[in-house]
Amino acid sequence: MTTPPRVRDRIDSFPTHNIGGYGVRPGRVAPLGATLVPNGVNFAVFSSRATSVSVVLFKIGEPEPIAELAIPADFRIGRVWAITVFGLEYEEIEYGFRVTGPPDEHFKDRFDSNVILTDPYAKVLGGREVWGALPDYDNRYQHRARLAFDDFDWENDRPLRITPNDLVIYETHVRGFTRHPSSGVGNPGTYAGLIEKIPYLSQLGVNCVELLPVFEFDEFGNSRLVEETGERLLNYWGYNTVGFFAPKAGYAATGRFGMQGDEFKHMVKSLHAAGIEIMLDVVFNHTAEGNELGPTISFRGLDNSTYYMLTPEGYYYNFSGTGNTFNSNNPVVREFIVQCLRYWASEYHIDGFRFDLAAIMDRDEHGVPLANPPLIEALANDPVLRDCKLIAEAWDAGGLYQVGSFPNYHRWSEWNGRYRDTVRRFLKGDEGVVGDLATRIAGSPDLYQQRGARASINFVTCHDGFSLMDLFSYDGKHNDANGENNNDGANDNNSWNGGVEGPTDDPGVNRLRQQQVKNALLLLLTSRGIPMVLSGDEVGRTQRGNNNVYCQDNELAWFDWSLTDTDAELVEFTRNAIALRRAHTVLCAMHHPNSIDPTDCGHPEISWHGVRAWQPDWSPTNRVLGVMWCGHHIENGSPDYVYVVANAHWEEHELELPVPDDGWGWHLAADTAGEAPGVYPPGTERPLADPHTYRISPRSVIVMVARPVAG
Amino acid sequence: MKFSKRLIDDVAVVVLSGALDSQSALDVQDRIAELLPQHEHVVIDFSKVSCVSSASLRTMVLIYRQAQALGHTVAVVGLSAEVHNVLDATGFLDFFVLSDSVSDGVADMRALVEGRRERDHATART
Repeated sequence: MTTPPRVRDRIDSFPTHNIGGYGVRPGRVAPLGATLVPNGVNFAVFSSRATSVSVVLFKIGEPEPIAELAIPADFRIGRVWAITVFGLEYEEIEYGFRVTGPPDEHFKDRFDSNVILTDPYAKVLGGREVWGALPDYDNRYQHRARLAFDDFDWENDRPLRITPNDLVIYETHVRGFTRHPSSGVGNPGTYAGLIEKIPYLSQLGVNCVELLPVFEFDEFGNSRLVEETGERLLNYWGYNTVGFFAPKAGYAATGRFGMQGDEFKHMVKSLHAAGIEIMLDVVFNHTAEGNELGPTISFRGLDNSTYYMLTPEGYYYNFSGTGNTFNSNNPVVREFIVQCLRYWASEYHIDGFRFDLAAIMDRDEHGVPLANPPLIEALANDPVLRDCKLIAEAWDAGGLYQVGSFPNYHRWSEWNGRYRDTVRRFLKGDEGVVGDLATRIAGSPDLYQQRGARASINFVTCHDGFSLMDLFSYDGKHNDANGENNNDGANDNNSWNGGVEGPTDDPGVNRLRQQQVKNALLLLLTSRGIPMVLSGDEVGRTQRGNNNVYCQDNELAWFDWSLTDTDAELVEFTRNAIALRRAHTVLCAMHHPNSIDPTDCGHPEISWHGVRAWQPDWSPTNRVLGVMWCGHHIENGSPDYVYVVANAHWEEHELELPVPDDGWGWHLAADTAGEAPGVYPPGTERPLADPHTYRISPRSVIVMVARPVAG
Repeated sequence: MKFSKRLIDDVAVVVLSGALDSQSALDVQDRIAELLPQHEHVVIDFSKVSCVSSASLRTMVLIYRQAQALGHTVAVVGLSAEVHNVLDATGFLDFFVLSDSVSDGVADMRALVEGRRERDHATART
């Protein structure tokens, strides 16, 4: 073993000044935030109008600071205040900033030197270490920045880079996934708990988990007690970020030890080891500071008019519906967002991001939509984020709806809200939906012609709205438990209860509901585009008609694992349906299919049918659609035929089947009204008694695959 | 924080007792870093450690990292349920040999040595 060469100490690893008993020196202006440097910690703070900035140091958890170091004005370069402080016990401290504004304060400023501001770049935050533990509001520093080591041992882990063709997304909530007593995990409701359920995810066949917000947020933000029950409602979903660089401590079994970063990384590493990607739902459209009545936590006290979109009167534009709007196309804010995502992609090995109310990120500082929003372009072309999936929720609460028109730079995908609405309307039995359903099944070429079907994240349900079982059990929302007189949550659900509102003993209605759930899952998993399944839908989870459980940290929102036994049939159905998708390249391909027959094999890649083969019926009253997929046209495609027929009619129909090819015969792969579970595992499809016809049941979906016929 | 070291069959056994706060964790780290290069196998007994801070958990990981760089093995004994849980949740537990008692730790280390010897023999034979 050779002796390593001796490294000379750096000159800048020694102080030049003394402030308040601490050795300090002029700091480095980049990176912003707190950075460990030899012998010390570098603090860099941006504020375009501050007249003084202090670093306030605390012992962990203590209400009173141990020191407050005013950064000398000549340590400032441009508008960045930077100081390196030596001799800090950096595992033992928390830090914040005190920022003073100019005496001639502009009416758009909101400096408050009474408040200790948290560092927007903080990588670990204390103050909410244990989920739901009532905060000590006497402590004036609530969200307490700490220093992070970021020295996790990743071994050989790398982001997985699963192609869109192979991706099946599973949207879930860290806490809700294992918090239910039935989960049986060692640390319920945590990152560690999720790790214990990876075998379940693998078995189901999904290969990407998309987590509801995991950046540090305050579950007590807007928390309130329900008058009738005395129950405390918390912000369970977490769409109110406090710390964009910090993982939610209350989701970590180790949050009390400040080890949430390590636990989170262990979760990512474990998911990757199982071949499962991780995607984060990120919320850059607003922050937890709310409107002018909200708490001052960080941005507002640092540089209000840089970080927020303000009205001419200095109030907050509210395109997010939550009080304020992050000014994401401002160059400083844009840089903040880019740095944040780079950090998560590189330090946490995150595979992709779903941007909440992403349409807001198209708006300029006055809220006007931009044709070429610099943030969206920067993210699309960022070198570090190159392999990350970028998915836009392409609308906002200010009325900007951009599904199909989100500025995408050939890079961004979208939550396809059109897909959701059309599939729902079709299954509920609406008239005149068959034509649009065909377009959705084909990967929405009307919306994503240039980008291909990879731009279309197909889903029928997501966290926001009814669960799949509730979609077919309730005509209207039942959000009384939210304490807002049922005024919250969406009204346009395109739901149908099957004849009875809510739970019923009627076996016919219950059978129909179960079948409708299967119909939705089967259509989703046989459509072009990237499918997203909402966690719990595979077990028929109910929220008792509540379509907005953002504040319900209880059994209404949690995943009830006992359903994996009672509704094992549905789990098996989902597993088999995912396997069916994977078994057919023609279903997973991401180009938009052609209705011509370029290879002269006798069939186009996609063809449409009705009750009669080759005779699709686009008339408004028709509710039967057949789609035949032919795999000849896929690159390296072997002959492969898949025939999907959806019948939203309340009557059965005698289907005339198209002939796949000479010497090939149809085998039944799925029938949602047939023998349980409703989908056969690939390779066990059943030959048809009559190769030319099939009787499709009312409100059901069938799938056939072609196999060579003996003789 | 008390720190004692003895040798059992070429295995260094370190017994820690007292509170493991960030300062004492640094001392422990230094002392173990000192003895690690000389001992291929080290057993650390935590059963007399009273309180544990996050700093001390990091210390354990650092010890592991140093042992790994040297190709040496560390067994830990007497972890409290809490520490066990924290190390488990963060994945650090996988890095250590976990033993029920000091004598088990020594035995586990010897078994490792035996295992390695047998593998070496097997390689030599082929």
